[in-house]
Amino acid sequence: MHSVSNTGISETRTAEHPQHAVCWSCKGPVAASALFCDTCHAIQPPGQLDHFTRFGLNRDFIIDLDAIEATYLKQQQLLHPDRFASKSPREQALSSQQAATLNGAFETLKNPVARAEYLLRLAGEEPEGGEGHTVNDPALLMEAMEMREALHDAVDRATIDTMIKDTRKQARACEQDVADALAQNAYDRAKKLTTRLRYLMKMTEEARAKKSRLAAA
Amino acid sequence: MALLKIHEPGQTPLPHEDERQLAVGIDLGTTNSVVAISNDEKPEVLRDKSGGTAIVPSVVYYGEGADPVVGEAAREQINSHADRVVSSVKRLMGRGLADVKSIAGTLPYHVEVPSEEATQSGEPMMVRLNVGDRVLTPVEVSADILRALRARAEESLEKPVEKAVITVPAYFDDGARTATKDAAKLAGIEVLRLVNEPTAAALAYGLDNGAEGLYAVYDLGGGTFDISLLKMQKGVFQVKATGGDTALGGDDFDHAIAEHLLAERKDSGTVDSLDASDAKRLLQTARKVKESLTGADSTDITVSLGGADSTHTMTRATFEAMIAKLILRTITITEQVLDDADILADDVKGVVLVGGSTRVPAVRKAVAELFEQEPLSNIDPDEVVALGAALQAEALTGGSDNLLLDVTPLSLGLETMGGIVEKVIDRNTPIPVAKAQEFTTYQDGQSAMMIHVVQGEREMVDQCRSLARFALTGIPSMAAGAARIKVTFNVDADGLLTVSAREETTGTEQEVAVKPTYGINEIDMANMLRESMMHAREDMEMRLLTEARVEARRNILAVQAAINVDRPLLERQDEDNIMAAIAKLEAAMSGEDRDLINQQAEALEDASRPFAEARMDSRIRQALAGRNVDQVNEFGS
Ligand SMILES: [Zn+2]
Repeated sequence: MHSVSNTGISETRTAEHPQHAVCWSCKGPVAASALFCDTCHAIQPPGQLDHFTRFGLNRDFIIDLDAIEATYLKQQQLLHPDRFASKSPREQALSSQQAATLNGAFETLKNPVARAEYLLRLAGEEPEGGEGHTVNDPALLMEAMEMREALHDAVDRATIDTMIKDTRKQARACEQDVADALAQNAYDRAKKLTTRLRYLMKMTEEARAKKSRLAAA
Repeated sequence: MALLKIHEPGQTPLPHEDERQLAVGIDLGTTNSVVAISNDEKPEVLRDKSGGTAIVPSVVYYGEGADPVVGEAAREQINSHADRVVSSVKRLMGRGLADVKSIAGTLPYHVEVPSEEATQSGEPMMVRLNVGDRVLTPVEVSADILRALRARAEESLEKPVEKAVITVPAYFDDGARTATKDAAKLAGIEVLRLVNEPTAAALAYGLDNGAEGLYAVYDLGGGTFDISLLKMQKGVFQVKATGGDTALGGDDFDHAIAEHLLAERKDSGTVDSLDASDAKRLLQTARKVKESLTGADSTDITVSLGGADSTHTMTRATFEAMIAKLILRTITITEQVLDDADILADDVKGVVLVGGSTRVPAVRKAVAELFEQEPLSNIDPDEVVALGAALQAEALTGGSDNLLLDVTPLSLGLETMGGIVEKVIDRNTPIPVAKAQEFTTYQDGQSAMMIHVVQGEREMVDQCRSLARFALTGIPSMAAGAARIKVTFNVDADGLLTVSAREETTGTEQEVAVKPTYGINEIDMANMLRESMMHAREDMEMRLLTEARVEARRNILAVQAAINVDRPLLERQDEDNIMAAIAKLEAAMSGEDRDLINQQAEALEDASRPFAEARMDSRIRQALAGRNVDQVNEFGS
């Protein structure tokens, strides 16, 4: 059996049969995952699908970004508020909710750190916290400090470009490690690696910011 | 029984609504505005009666006791009535005290800055303009421009025009967007969508050239600079990144020239003290200098101020040296946006130029050098935005195969301890978007929490734009850090924000939702509406009536669709009741009584309830029958 949690299901879902909902428009039955009612074609509320299901994917860290983007564009073509500009206010509101949910799902899946954390949460694991939390992995802290110092000392764009390339390479390798750990349900390792991946991404960003500051000066 | 005709879904003929209302595209620019219409994806600008120019200068003349005059005729009054002419008002849209201090000196009319007291009293105050004997808000002035554009459209199309897509700079913040929508409301225009100017321009080019790939839109208008990166694929236009500067544009070129001319006069012993009228005339001269240097290498100028004439010669090289810094700033911003989006200049397949200031050769040269290609310019840069807006207006009212996916131009966040901004939505996030973040209390028994919403990229609150402040009260007594306050940010497809907050641990559902204010509160707005438009009420009533009809039609179609699918489940008696209810509802819809329509819609819902229940029961029975099969399958996999 799936372990999808149905908590917080909206009131239109029938209690005993969570896979079925009542269509708000024609009051008939509609599948809980349906974007539109089969019978009256009215747009439905976004419901509680997990992001992977929304995109028709298995819960794997490794994903085909191009395929996801194609699905995203196809669904946005159907759901975006611009498609409902002359519809009733209720349909407009639902379309806005659907499009926002789709955007949120796509943003999460696209970003490897967000995707890893999301998979951890789906597995009932709490990822190591975001910015506010302290990280107590001495090796990682040392690595981060060294990278920061190197970035601080860099004065020309070429040096920073090399750093960015280097950090990206490490990030790609780290992504693969995260994927392996998640595939083996080795959640503690996956958490640590995800934190490292977050650091690497942040360093790339900071290096890019410094590069544009140098360009501006 | 008299048989009632059942229409195919989507084909129910109804009075009033089938006639698609005309919707135009409006480029409400700092210097110039343009209105356009599109039919069958062929947009065209609407010209004045004589078939002349499409451009309406965004200038308004407020003569004594007379109706405002907009456009070229208003511009002609600058020399004789400088204190009664308002231009570049877009720069003040949604602006408060802080911004005005920095730009007031660059504006040719007197700006009344709200007093410190008034500002400290709470809500941000919008600036007021002293124009002759009137005191006007930028929103009202913009509304006058929009009225003139609407009048031009109605005259040209010989039909009433009530709907429009209006463009705004991508970099416009929430306040400026809301102010623009309010201006449209005052002008009696329903805004179908606010679209970012560069996006509109890309739409005009994209449809024209049918091109797929990455495009950069470099938009240098009179007062604003925008750079956007868009990806076009399979009919979807995705904005990948945007950046810009709300206080950088061709007007700054004019100022540079004007200052140069004044300095030369000073060098030759003429000391000028300029009044508003002098300043406007000098800026007009400067603009002409700029325009002639687009084609010529050098131009001669006569400046007459305070009875002292002086003659000057300016070469293009001198002009280019003066504006080099300004152009470099646009190039730097462009590089940052490319970096942000992780895109190399080489990846860009085409560069679109928008805005009159891109006619300046030095600008074109700088853009061409950065992207290593000649920019596209086969559509008039003054018209391209309005043409794109018209295409989008047609898409929204008549349907389209194309879709625009836009992003938030600026990050949105909350003030946390120590005046630090916690970002909730990052810039360049696709919209619409809904994001929630949890916060907690920092004192035992804390019963209220101030929520301060800000917009901007900086880390400290006082360096960002304050959008709204509100208090979430009634938090139950708990230890510090125990409460869970969930703050939700919603940005709609127009890029407008709504924030709500809720305490989640206890059953107490305390929710506050705010719309950010930008200096004109709802009461002011209601008053202005009353004053400016005696028919505001009727307009509102008309809109509600239309909505009731749309909703009623959807109701009928939904029931008919259900009957088509599940006819065997429909009892004879229920069918009779439903048909009778539909007939009554349709009769009500052809009338003007909104309450009656709603009442009959409810009656239809009541009449179709037994049928709806029968459909639900049938589906659940099927599901129960099918469940065993599912379970077997899941075991097997
Ligand atoms: Zn339905």
